[in-house]
Amino acid sequence: MATKTYLQAISDALREEMRRDSRVFLIGEDIGVYGGAFKVTQGFLQEFGEDRVIDSPLSETAIVGSCTGAALMGMRPVCEMQFSDFVSCAFDQLVTVAAKQHYRVGTPVPMVVRLPSGGGFSGGPFHSQNPEGYFAHCPGLKIACPATPADAKGLLTQAIRDPNPVLYFEHKHLYRRIKGEVPDGEHVVEFGKARVHREGTDLTVVTYGAMVYTAEEAADAVSKDGTSVEIVDLRTVTPWDRQAVLDSVAKTSKVIVLHEDTHTSGFGAEIAATIAEEAFEQLDAPVVRVTAPDAPIPFSPPLEKAFLPQVADVVAAIEKLSAY
Amino acid sequence: MAVAREATPVSSAADIKQADLDREDLLSIYRNMLITRGIEERGHILYRQGKIPGSFYTGRGNEGAAVGVATAMRTDDVGTPIQRDMGVHVARGTETWRIFAQYMGRADGLAAGKDGNVHMADFRLGLIAMVSHLPALMPVAVGCALAFKIRREPRVAVAWSGDGAMARGDAHEAMNLAGVHRLPVVFICDNNQYAYSTPNRSEFGVDHLADRAAAYGFEGVVVDGTDVLTVYREAHAAIERARAGGGPTLLELVTLRMEGHAVHDDAFYVPRELLEAYAKKDPIERYRRWLKEQNVLDEVRDDEINVEVKKLLNDAVKRAEESPLPEPADLLTGVYAEPEELDTPHHR
Repeated sequence: MATKTYLQAISDALREEMRRDSRVFLIGEDIGVYGGAFKVTQGFLQEFGEDRVIDSPLSETAIVGSCTGAALMGMRPVCEMQFSDFVSCAFDQLVTVAAKQHYRVGTPVPMVVRLPSGGGFSGGPFHSQNPEGYFAHCPGLKIACPATPADAKGLLTQAIRDPNPVLYFEHKHLYRRIKGEVPDGEHVVEFGKARVHREGTDLTVVTYGAMVYTAEEAADAVSKDGTSVEIVDLRTVTPWDRQAVLDSVAKTSKVIVLHEDTHTSGFGAEIAATIAEEAFEQLDAPVVRVTAPDAPIPFSPPLEKAFLPQVADVVAAIEKLSAY
Repeated sequence: MAVAREATPVSSAADIKQADLDREDLLSIYRNMLITRGIEERGHILYRQGKIPGSFYTGRGNEGAAVGVATAMRTDDVGTPIQRDMGVHVARGTETWRIFAQYMGRADGLAAGKDGNVHMADFRLGLIAMVSHLPALMPVAVGCALAFKIRREPRVAVAWSGDGAMARGDAHEAMNLAGVHRLPVVFICDNNQYAYSTPNRSEFGVDHLADRAAAYGFEGVVVDGTDVLTVYREAHAAIERARAGGGPTLLELVTLRMEGHAVHDDAFYVPRELLEAYAKKDPIERYRRWLKEQNVLDEVRDDEINVEVKKLLNDAVKRAEESPLPEPADLLTGVYAEPEELDTPHHR
């Protein structure tokens, strides 16, 4: 075990898989000479050479499409969208081609798309989004959203080994801010297994990615008043661990669903609907969603702060539910 | 301002010898073109009989273009044919009965009923199934070529598109990426002059689609797509150049779509004179004449081949009709791949 940043953990997973498996290669914009916009692949070009660390033209469609082709030919491509926002340019290649290939004709497409996502830096409407919801609606894709450095490594390793196209959302706000213990050497985290980030008895917050820490701060704040909050970190959105959520609901009977993505048709709606369908009798209060509002994410700090779910928003939701 | 080279037509048998084709190869091309047209003619009948759900698309007029290119590919090359390229599936050796089963949505179709019509491919034959969003498979073919380059394998990917699809961004991104890395990929544009009802003049502002190749740093060639031998010669040269590390080529194969976009479309918008002109250039008739002029084919052999093809088609339709429909329980199979599926020669 060593203490690593979230970013180092991502970098380690990539490096170790590339050393282990010569089929793994990287393609993306500015990932080689420059080492990636966030330096995740710094030093990779020197270690693995330009055949396996490919600086691509500004062509998200060709990046993702070529990964599909290479995967069909037996490679294990990992591409990077410089910001997750730009995946909209590759939507067709993911949703129309990669996601449906196996269902239609039985050929697996083992590839990973890395997506630096999330707001909090005045990145504005095009460098701050959390587009996982679009893809959660598309059967055939898998979606990982790690919150901790250990999961960042373990989920990326699994993503590379998975026989399906995987969207790996890495939250930019966690890159250097979050440090944690990461197992040395091979570390794989199975998809579809949630993690209880914090045990509690009064109320459950179901979340993933950077919002795990927002939930944690809120849980700390209300613990002073004696409210015990359980935090369930989904780790993967597709597949998602229904049972872990239902188990926690059975325990606390009150649920907040929290995500940084916008409200309507966000993944939280799916979680809330599932709880309503399968755990109605166990609820002591309506399910509450805390999300970004239905608007583009704005640039100016006060506007962005108002947009992103804050600790105070989660605290308010906890207090509302506690009083119910 | 045209910048693409216009391919000179193949004239003599000597020309063809240089391109590695012997007598049996020449007859095999003929047979594959007949099977291709036969599959689509039978398919149309089955469609009218109500045996094929959905719609039905043909590539009449494109048989020479498709068979010519596929014949120039080697066994371990790969390709992404589109809806006018039945000849590619045939020339690569796809089982005919499974094509009819595919049309009819049967369990033995190449997509096992999960997808229909020409949205199919036998991956074991190096073919990747198309999607409707043309030319989305162009970047995919480029990725195949990228894998070959990384692994230093002497293999080539062939990426198909149509004249309509060349207006999409995928085409630009794919050709640009391939040009940057000099990848072993050959781009084939089936220019049948119409994208559904939209003629070439409303699709692009250059003289030839092949002119665009220069902008990506490689050669573009305009080829008469109704002339299977010229198509073969140009495809062979481009494929072997790619294999030798010479980078991509864009071949624009000019034909005319002799039927509607799909069977519901009577193509009233295609001028009659144009149809008549291209009817005279029918790729099969044209090639048959040439084979006879060159004494490769006589009446007896021609009859034998036609009888043989007819039997193949009859047997294939019969066998396909015996194939079961998929079970509703199969609905959810295959949405995701399982890890053991990667344990194949391709993926190991």
